[in-house]
Amino acid sequence: MTDLNGKDGFDRRKFLTGAAVAGVTPALTQASAPAQAQVAAPRHTPSALPPTMKTIAAETQPPEEMSRIGGKPGSDFMIDVIKTLDIKYAPSNCASSFRALHESMINYGENKSPEYISCMHEESGVGMAHGYFKATGKMLLTMVHGTVGLQHATMAIYNAYCDRVPLIIIGGNDLDAATRPPGVPTFHAAQDINAIVRDYTKWDDTPVTLQHYAQSMVRAYKIAMTPPYGPVAISLDAGLQQEPIHEHGSKLYIPRYVPTSPPQGDSNAVREAARLLVAADNPVIVADRCARTPNGAKLLVELAELLQCPVVDQGNRMNFPNTHYLSRPAGVIAGADVVMGLELSDFWGTVNSFTDNGENGGVGVNASRVKPQTKMISITSVDLLTKSNYQDFQRFQTVDVHMAADAETTLPSLIEAVKSAITKDRANAIAERTDKAKKAYADIRARDMQAAVVGWDSSPISTARLCMELYAQIKDLDWSLVSSAGDVSNWPARLWSIEKHHQWLGKSGGYGVGYGAPASVGAALANKELGRFSVSIQSDGDLMFAPGVLWTAAKHKIPLLSVMHNNRAWHQEVMHVQRLSNFRNRKANYGGDMGPIGTCIENPDIEYHKLAESMGWWAKGPIKDPAQLGPALKEAIAVVKSGQPALLNVWTQPR
Amino acid sequence: MRNLKFITTIAATLLLSSTGAFAASAEKGRVAFGKNGCWQCHGWEGQGGNAGPRLARTQLPLEALTAFVRGTNGPMPPFSKKVLSDEDLADIYAFISAQPAPPDPKTIPLLAR
Repeated sequence: MTDLNGKDGFDRRKFLTGAAVAGVTPALTQASAPAQAQVAAPRHTPSALPPTMKTIAAETQPPEEMSRIGGKPGSDFMIDVIKTLDIKYAPSNCASSFRALHESMINYGENKSPEYISCMHEESGVGMAHGYFKATGKMLLTMVHGTVGLQHATMAIYNAYCDRVPLIIIGGNDLDAATRPPGVPTFHAAQDINAIVRDYTKWDDTPVTLQHYAQSMVRAYKIAMTPPYGPVAISLDAGLQQEPIHEHGSKLYIPRYVPTSPPQGDSNAVREAARLLVAADNPVIVADRCARTPNGAKLLVELAELLQCPVVDQGNRMNFPNTHYLSRPAGVIAGADVVMGLELSDFWGTVNSFTDNGENGGVGVNASRVKPQTKMISITSVDLLTKSNYQDFQRFQTVDVHMAADAETTLPSLIEAVKSAITKDRANAIAERTDKAKKAYADIRARDMQAAVVGWDSSPISTARLCMELYAQIKDLDWSLVSSAGDVSNWPARLWSIEKHHQWLGKSGGYGVGYGAPASVGAALANKELGRFSVSIQSDGDLMFAPGVLWTAAKHKIPLLSVMHNNRAWHQEVMHVQRLSNFRNRKANYGGDMGPIGTCIENPDIEYHKLAESMGWWAKGPIKDPAQLGPALKEAIAVVKSGQPALLNVWTQPR
Repeated sequence: MRNLKFITTIAATLLLSSTGAFAASAEKGRVAFGKNGCWQCHGWEGQGGNAGPRLARTQLPLEALTAFVRGTNGPMPPFSKKVLSDEDLADIYAFISAQPAPPDPKTIPLLAR
């Protein structure tokens, strides 16, 4: 074979269609006579030509002929590398820029570890990986088309970054501007596709050889899986995928993955934290993403019981069982003399309040939630991963003992330090807290029940009734609440018994709406293997960002009970626009809807049950009468137990 | 300063309430509760939630509620007379006051843990 520059050997571009080669011939002819090109008069041509019919055909139609390629494809080696990393699935939306890797995955790799999961949207692929990790602690990868596919994926990547969730994003990209097909493939190529996600990924790379790729993939996995976890991105050249292996004189090897030990708190800081906690009369522990694993929750119970110290679980993971008498809502912090924050995403917001009341020139009012002399301790690995642009680090809070360390990893040494610091006097003082703590817990529980029954029989159905009808049907199963997208006034945390790590998988991280549906499907995929029953409370606005993930669940037979919290609005925004209207002393314009124009999802109402049915789900609705909810749930649960997804479209109160 | 503003608003409202005479209607109040956005934070029955407290069967007198609605500088935005008329507010008060008593939680099996 002779290439266009007169060299013998394989030319990957001849692997493409003849049409594509024909399309670039004028440009290549010009490039082969550079002197002529330099003296020729400039032609008035646009800087980017629209694609010709031939190049469009090359991108969108099956190739007319295929050249046989000798040797082992580079993308086969890429799959060999991925198979060493215990990555079980690759939820992705297909695209030409990673077609070689795709082909190797399903044929050479036999579509196992990873198995390709068909997604309708790149955001869904990332969201599924997000939910899967939180249900299993195991990372997935997703493949996206360079530029446009990665643009689709970005919101979900940001959520994963803020939620400290690892995943590998492989972006296909055709780097070689001299040889890549013009038209669509060139529109979808870029010098540095990872630039748009660099602010919210832990690391990224663009390997230029297969050996470089092997090192980068193992490095990417290692970085992503070292706390603080986070997404990583690999830009993968289409040519490198498609060309056969050239070993350049040394045999390719796959580096062995060895996990990195998470960072642990400095021993002096741990001792000082223990001293403050033991000396305190009213210590309070606040946990956000502390329990990375079920063991983290066990350790936190041990520490809390040692100190007889209330624990506020901010809910981004299941950190502490809500049935424990030391479990408390956020208000307990007001009486604290020591506050210890474990992996908080917002320490400032934990100990301060903000009221959006239009005062101070419109910026609102800040106030402290704690007493002036309250000592503060922070243990968070996120201090080791701070970037400048996106502001997920929140306002600055001064603390007295500040450890840049993983909280779960630090808890065993902190527990030992606390045990060493407890004198006989302090042991007596600590023991005296127990009865008071049990009474406070019972009082809170009674108040929550009193609040739940107000509007119990209302239509639309109250969120308390929705949650308790659901809980009654699942409580005897090994259930997992895979997502609670939207706001149901926190009823599951207030009234359900949440004792296992997988029973509460937390929230989106970055508050990017559209997380709930794909994360639920991803977590349900994980729970299917583990024999758990997956249930999500699915809000309407969240579902409509990328509802195609419903099809993915049906396609791959992922059992999931999705109970809709259909309040027919982007409700947070309903309140925001109402608030601003009031601040400006204007009557909010509802335009015939139930709330301000642009915030409601009605007129017409979306028939989510029909949407789900159209994509292969069992579905029922709209359910507006609370008396009909229990029987409908029974039917839906039977469907899910048979291995299929089921959705109930329930009309609900706003919160 | 904030307290002074609040007290002034209460005084003005009490004066208004003593001179106004509305035939408050719970039925009209349900409509006004919807069209003025009260439901957004307090729920369609005034049951409350994490966006706003319970209003159903409020124990506050109308005058105190009115003072709060007109002059609040807390999480709830104020509703001036231009935004919410005294008549609508009185009807809303009648609506939330007329809500049925909630059942005893102990009588609801779904709430047993």
